Amino acid sequence: MLANIFVMGLLNGCVYALLAAGFSLIFGVGRILHLTHTAYYMLAAYIIFHLVGAAGVSPVLAVFVSVLATTIGGVLFYRLLIEPVREHETTVLIMTLALAMFFQEVMLLIFGGHFRGVPAMVGGFTTIWGVKVTYQYVLSMVTIVFVLAAVWLLLSKTRLGIALRATAQDREVANLMGINVGLTATLAMLIAVALAAIAGAVVSPLYVLEPAMWTHPLVVVLAVVIVGGMGSIKGSIMAAFILAFAETLIVFLVPNGAFLRGAFSLFIMLVVLMLRPEGLYGVFFEGER
Amino acid sequence: MALFSWLIKYLSKEVFPLPTRMFAFVCLVFLLFLPLLTRDPYLLRILILANIFAVFAASWDLLSGYVGQINLGHALFFGVSAYASAILNLKLGWPPLLTVPAGALLAVLAGLVVGVPALRLKGPYLALATLALPVILMGVVFMFPGLTGGELGISGVARLAKTRVAEYYFTYFLMVALIAIIWKITDSRVGLIFHAIREDEIAVRASGINTTFYKLLAFCLSGLFAGLAGGLYAHFMRIAGPATLEMVTSFQAVIWTIFGGIATVYGPVVGVFILVPVMELLRLVPEVRMLAFALILILVLRFLPEGIASWVQDRLEKECPRCKARNAFTRRQCRVCFAPLENG
Repeated sequence: MLANIFVMGLLNGCVYALLAAGFSLIFGVGRILHLTHTAYYMLAAYIIFHLVGAAGVSPVLAVFVSVLATTIGGVLFYRLLIEPVREHETTVLIMTLALAMFFQEVMLLIFGGHFRGVPAMVGGFTTIWGVKVTYQYVLSMVTIVFVLAAVWLLLSKTRLGIALRATAQDREVANLMGINVGLTATLAMLIAVALAAIAGAVVSPLYVLEPAMWTHPLVVVLAVVIVGGMGSIKGSIMAAFILAFAETLIVFLVPNGAFLRGAFSLFIMLVVLMLRPEGLYGVFFEGER
Repeated sequence: MALFSWLIKYLSKEVFPLPTRMFAFVCLVFLLFLPLLTRDPYLLRILILANIFAVFAASWDLLSGYVGQINLGHALFFGVSAYASAILNLKLGWPPLLTVPAGALLAVLAGLVVGVPALRLKGPYLALATLALPVILMGVVFMFPGLTGGELGISGVARLAKTRVAEYYFTYFLMVALIAIIWKITDSRVGLIFHAIREDEIAVRASGINTTFYKLLAFCLSGLFAGLAGGLYAHFMRIAGPATLEMVTSFQAVIWTIFGGIATVYGPVVGVFILVPVMELLRLVPEVRMLAFALILILVLRFLPEGIASWVQDRLEKECPRCKARNAFTRRQCRVCFAPLENG
């Protein structure tokens, strides 16, 4: 039981961390609450399902194509639909939500509402503490850790990373230092959508695919970025694991807990907001107008 | 008689000179006499729902559009009042005329409960915190199925009025009155302070205005109007279920308001009266209903980000550069101060 909780919690934590890192990045740099974020995760998983299932492409190629296509799509939609209305905060909110709904309905039309699955890339399993751990699980896990490490390196060691962090800290001053703020926001969106697509790609063999699979992660990601502090990637990753383990505990220990998991994440978020409104590692945008 | 002459004067001075107000007036008169033309219960049902939702959306606009406190959990007020009205009606046998105000008062209380912790939060933090509240309340509703009916909700609530037409007129006049009240509030000194708090809260506080009081007032007023809408909804649908607390209900208020035009009061009303019938029309093509809805929303927001009502108003009217009064686009001179208006 405990080992089960640990294994499931670790996987959920990794996926939420990957999603929340991107969400947090685009909120920090672009000041956009990007509600379409987890819809891209769903989109990437469905593209892999289609490529592997119907078109018969090899799984490795399918992952690359899906991540690439989703990322290009995400940046295009950002430039065409979201950036022109950026000044109107609430319009952006509804626009991103409408876009997510649009993707869900398109997937529903093409693939129907059935639960789908993608065959594992690698077969076989091993047993750790009496829990069956598939090699696919290990592969997904290693990929996520590798990607998160790459993001951390990008943000802390490269010029682009410095530009991203500077824009997140203060748009105006970053602009004065000669950083192209608009381009930086677009690049942040590119990285964010790519992270969401990678998350979708690595979970596609492990989770069940359905057109509404983006809503629960969205609720959790919103809670995660609040608990960790908006715009802080370190906080997001910490909070993702905290909430993932809390959620998995609820699902395993409380009868019918699966219905409560979204509400429980939101409840933790509310408690954190009351005790520490800026989150665990958040920056308070007090001076911002 | 005095009232009548005042009305004539008001109409000729304030309504007829402006094309958008003229249009709104014509629409109101048309809706007033509509039951003479048709008594189709389905059509009236759509319009009654539009009347109720117009108040609901306008109450969101008052709080989030004017004061800038983005509330993504507006369904909380709606749901609290719907459940309260239904329970009071069924368990205590109160008539709708008592249960709806009682439910609205409870929603005001809910407004205070949300408003006090919300004082500490700003912008997106507030938006996401409020998002959580109806979801948590829904969990509570499911925990007491004896009182709340659990997933099925409370059905068999008393009707709003005896006939469909009477229900239509009841909601119609209530909608007109409540929207007028909300409009007057936003037009008053309080409305000015609301505007100012959204633009720069620190500056308002520095001017010696108790922003805490006004923010709480906004939460209470918004709760009151949303609560009235919720109570009416429960009595009209004759059921108060968990759907009134769903995230979709909260987002609907936001969608209607943004679609029509935020921080305008008439914007949400226009949004509701366009989108509610459109959604009904789209029932003809059930497979692509939500797809078409999302597409309409995306296209309208992309090209008219300030909302459809604000866009039309900017085309049909221009502002006097001197006295800021609005004029029809055809005029050469301001109708109030006779300053020349540039054509462009």
